[in-house]
Amino acid sequence: MSSTSEVTIGGLVGTRWKPALSVEVTDGIAIITFDLPNESVNKLSRAVKDEFVALVSRLERDTTVHAAVFISGKPDVWIAGADIEEFLALKTATDAERLSRDGQMLLDSVERLRIPIIAAIHGACLGGGLETALACRYRIATDHPKTILGLPEVQLGLIPGAGGTQRLPRRIGLTNALDLILTGKNVRGKKALQLGLIDELVHPSILRTVAIQRAHEVAEGRRKSERHSGGVKGFFLDGNPAGRTIVLRKAREQTLAKSRGHYPALIAAIDVIAAGYEKGVAHGYREESRRFGELAMTDVSRQLIFLFFATNELKKDPGVEPSQYPDLPVSAFEPLPVEKIGIIGAGFMGAGIASIAVMHGSLVRLKDADHGRVAKGYAAVRDVLKERLTKKQITRIQYSDYMALLGGTVDYSGFGNVDLVIEAVFEDLAVKHQVLREAEASIHPSAIFASNTSTIPIGQIAQASSRPERVIGMHFFSPVHKMPLLEVITTPDTYPQVTATVVAYGKKLGKTVIVVNDGPGFYANRILSPYINEAGILLDQGVAVDIIDKALVDFGFPVGPITLIDEVGLDVATKAGKIMAEAYPERMQPAKSIQAVVAAGRYGRKSKKGFYSYDKEGKKSDVDPSVYSVFLAPGSIPVAPSITPAAAELAARPEMPSAQIQQRTVLAMLNEAARCLSDGIIRSARDGDVGAVFGIGFPPFRGGPFRYMDALGIKIVVQRLEDLNARFPGRFEPAELLLDMARRNQSFYADEHG
Amino acid sequence: MATFGNGRRVAIVAGVRTPFAKAGTALKSISAIDLGKLCVAELLQRTNLDGKEVQALVFGTVIPSVLAPNIAREVSLLPLLPKGVQAFSVSRACASANQAITDAADQIALGHLDVAIAGGSESLSNIPILHAQGFAEALVLASKAKSFPARLKALARIRPKDLVPVTPAIAEPSTGETMGQSGEKMAKLNAIAREEQDHFALRSHRLAAAGTADGRLTAEIMPVYVPPKFDSVLASDNGIREDSSYEQLAALKPVFDRKYGSVTAGNSSPLTDGGACVLLMNEEKARALGYPPLGIIRSYAYAALDPGEQLLQAPVLAAPVALKRAGLSLKDIDLIEMHEAFAAQVLSNLKGFESKWWAERAGFSQPVGEVDRAKLNVMGGSIAIGHPFGATGARITTTLLNELRRRGGQFGLMTVCAAGGMGFAMVVERTR
Repeated sequence: MSSTSEVTIGGLVGTRWKPALSVEVTDGIAIITFDLPNESVNKLSRAVKDEFVALVSRLERDTTVHAAVFISGKPDVWIAGADIEEFLALKTATDAERLSRDGQMLLDSVERLRIPIIAAIHGACLGGGLETALACRYRIATDHPKTILGLPEVQLGLIPGAGGTQRLPRRIGLTNALDLILTGKNVRGKKALQLGLIDELVHPSILRTVAIQRAHEVAEGRRKSERHSGGVKGFFLDGNPAGRTIVLRKAREQTLAKSRGHYPALIAAIDVIAAGYEKGVAHGYREESRRFGELAMTDVSRQLIFLFFATNELKKDPGVEPSQYPDLPVSAFEPLPVEKIGIIGAGFMGAGIASIAVMHGSLVRLKDADHGRVAKGYAAVRDVLKERLTKKQITRIQYSDYMALLGGTVDYSGFGNVDLVIEAVFEDLAVKHQVLREAEASIHPSAIFASNTSTIPIGQIAQASSRPERVIGMHFFSPVHKMPLLEVITTPDTYPQVTATVVAYGKKLGKTVIVVNDGPGFYANRILSPYINEAGILLDQGVAVDIIDKALVDFGFPVGPITLIDEVGLDVATKAGKIMAEAYPERMQPAKSIQAVVAAGRYGRKSKKGFYSYDKEGKKSDVDPSVYSVFLAPGSIPVAPSITPAAAELAARPEMPSAQIQQRTVLAMLNEAARCLSDGIIRSARDGDVGAVFGIGFPPFRGGPFRYMDALGIKIVVQRLEDLNARFPGRFEPAELLLDMARRNQSFYADEHG
Repeated sequence: MATFGNGRRVAIVAGVRTPFAKAGTALKSISAIDLGKLCVAELLQRTNLDGKEVQALVFGTVIPSVLAPNIAREVSLLPLLPKGVQAFSVSRACASANQAITDAADQIALGHLDVAIAGGSESLSNIPILHAQGFAEALVLASKAKSFPARLKALARIRPKDLVPVTPAIAEPSTGETMGQSGEKMAKLNAIAREEQDHFALRSHRLAAAGTADGRLTAEIMPVYVPPKFDSVLASDNGIREDSSYEQLAALKPVFDRKYGSVTAGNSSPLTDGGACVLLMNEEKARALGYPPLGIIRSYAYAALDPGEQLLQAPVLAAPVALKRAGLSLKDIDLIEMHEAFAAQVLSNLKGFESKWWAERAGFSQPVGEVDRAKLNVMGGSIAIGHPFGATGARITTTLLNELRRRGGQFGLMTVCAAGGMGFAMVVERTR
């Protein structure tokens, strides 16, 4: 006999209030369904917490219930994490600490509940979601690709705040827990099972049935969750205090080296985990919530959360604003389907675009001038896919399917039904014009022609077009399969539907898309140009290569500017530099040093000779000391400390503190970013921040150029620019916008103002 | 061909093939399934056809993979095609691709399909090598054994001779005669001189070389960027010898009958890897989708004779039937494509066309007639281009239709001889 009753927890407040948690009791098993009303995903908010608390106390009392199953009512989400907007409203560390404490207490009561709760997980189980699952007595997840588990808090500058730092290492071992918490990465069901994060992996269609069965078994003591010992290795590293000390010390060293102290959450996470082992779990929980509270108020966290929201907004942004085209029908803003694309140019960029396109199911026609180049393109696509295969991110069948979507050609055969052409040929206007004319002769009139140029204005390319309204820029960043940004460049002629289509397609390829207006260098390369130039001018003045690079890596860039141009290729960089210098001669004159190095045939990694040394496999090592003689007079050649300390002492190297290097290069970039905003190149400071972080590696913890300027204060930015402009007339003339904002005491974002 | 009274005509819209490569060379790393996938994917790419239009895929292969016997289904699971495309594999020896094409054509004529892909592929670099029966039996027993000692005991039955692998030979199961021996026998029976054979082989190479040089032959060939490293590209057939001379061919020793023989490696088709396919549509559908047909299938016929007689002579029986079904005679035919297994076989077939005796065997009072050599295999044939068994029929179909169009001809005839004593003939018509 089974009895079913519908119970609502939390009581009715008003008429429109609907509970997030509903309970149905069958055969003594309570099925708790989490289905947050009016939201696409389940999030943990204060209101949900209150419901949950009430539910737990009811389950504690109701002796007719023997066990519970916690399941989601959303199709692809179990619990996506905490409600970040609610979190952002917190004003003090104490408030944040209390939030964490409340969460801990709730999950503690879940863990100690009279009856077992079985987590039946399908879909995203992240952050507070995974912490909830960890507090349950037994965990079952589905083997569906949408089912991902992880603690991504560090990506927002935080640490898990509801007991995750204590429960996870005890569940899966210290080493694996550190890996998950410090990277914030997700794992799929299969991996989660291997880690011991879950107890069972099942097909989605039997999740509920198995969970109910397990609820009975766990309640009757016939089954329990087994913790992973990790075997012999697990014991020596994680299973004893001495091993754990070593693991924690190692983690601390590696984290400091990697984060350069820019991400306090990483060290906090290690501290808190260590505290739990040293002085017990209760102490660990206290430390967790204390540090959580502190981190919540850090600028780093606020900037990372800003970026999280900004990218989420961009995911929903169609890239066109219908109100700007009052005469056009609604259909003019609807993206067209893109199923087959043509790529012209099978070089590194073309092949990179091809690789992500096939991985997202597009049929690709890859064209280059001869078979040898097309074959190289195939090999490059293969390399990207093979890496995914090796890392088990794709299956062998997916690998061969993706490769089968690629078709090579040396003529325009197969271009007749492409929806979109992306050219990635040599950066030369005449070549681009030729390719555009050829392509337009082969493609359907409704197909879109996009250029992947990084510097040539799209309007100039479109001059050769018979249908300029279908010409647009799609500026991918190298390497395409890793860099998250896509800059879509429109001209005044671009038809809004073309923009909407390309933006939608860019999102389909997994990119964060910003729509920018046409102009030399568009946005990303335009702000990069004065930054690189300034680094070059520092070189002209005799500052050592690695001193410059180190200063900017310390600032938070993934690589320094000189390493960057070595990677990109000095020939490519100087070609772009020339276009920028022609457009903005007063402030973008290329540095003599870089020109001299490229003139000496040193193109960087690609020629295995640049500012740095490369071995036969192209592996980069130290600065190549011979590079200095290319652009500096004998006697003034600096010797970097990396050569020998003795030589360094002898060298007459200009004293250049890191801060000064950072100021000159970064301020040049900030100033240009402000100009891009006032020139209408970017639509908003938000786009400018996202573009700089995801396109050129601007330090994420600084939020982006505009967030950073706000943090510094516009007045200070102007002041510093003026100081520099006095020393180096012309290059640092503050942007009108900044002067204006400084006068009015404004900031780019409202939240930095108050 | 028969229109079943419903007036539906079958158009061939396009054809593509991989380059044909001598076995063990450029394409040796690619399985027959993957060769099939390569050419079908390129067919779709090149024709700008949305894969969703395709309803069925029929594919032929002669030596199927033991692990994936329905090659057609594997090929049809290409990501360019919907999973709902139904697919089946056919086997008619060297006429397998023809069988695929006519099966698809029948389905279209019946009104069951509007759009289909048909073709075939073969990798003679990747033939299954079998275990000797003794070894296989021991393995099966061992896998069924319940205990380790029982397993050992089963394996202990293996004798050294059981370890010699069995390689499938190109021989007739019914007679034990190899293909080469059959060719040799036909040369003798039909009095085909060695000189004639070598001259014919030379002609095949010269014409194929010319077709490659002027791009007529390569127009139907896709470049293959060779996996897994993609460090090489094959864009044309690699067996064609533009520099081959009569003297060189004449100097080769007979392979199958060293003493009295005349069939050499030079006047036979080589073991080859490759894939080929064509796109078929109901003629009205083709026009509706904007694909001008290369031509329509006017008729076809299959025939067979005792494999112990003249193994490769059945085209002589099939051709008059196909011509009759088309309502045509040889003089109406503008171009002829005849599969070249051996020069001796082609020359035997041609002699048979002229023979009243063979005509009567086929049930006709008059012979097919004398073939004008200027219309025959104008871009060479399988001797030079190569012969991946399962693919050749589709290659010949495409070549015939393309060249018919170039020459402004109206009717084309093709014949293919096949193991088992079978033959095929088809008449195509270029439509305006």
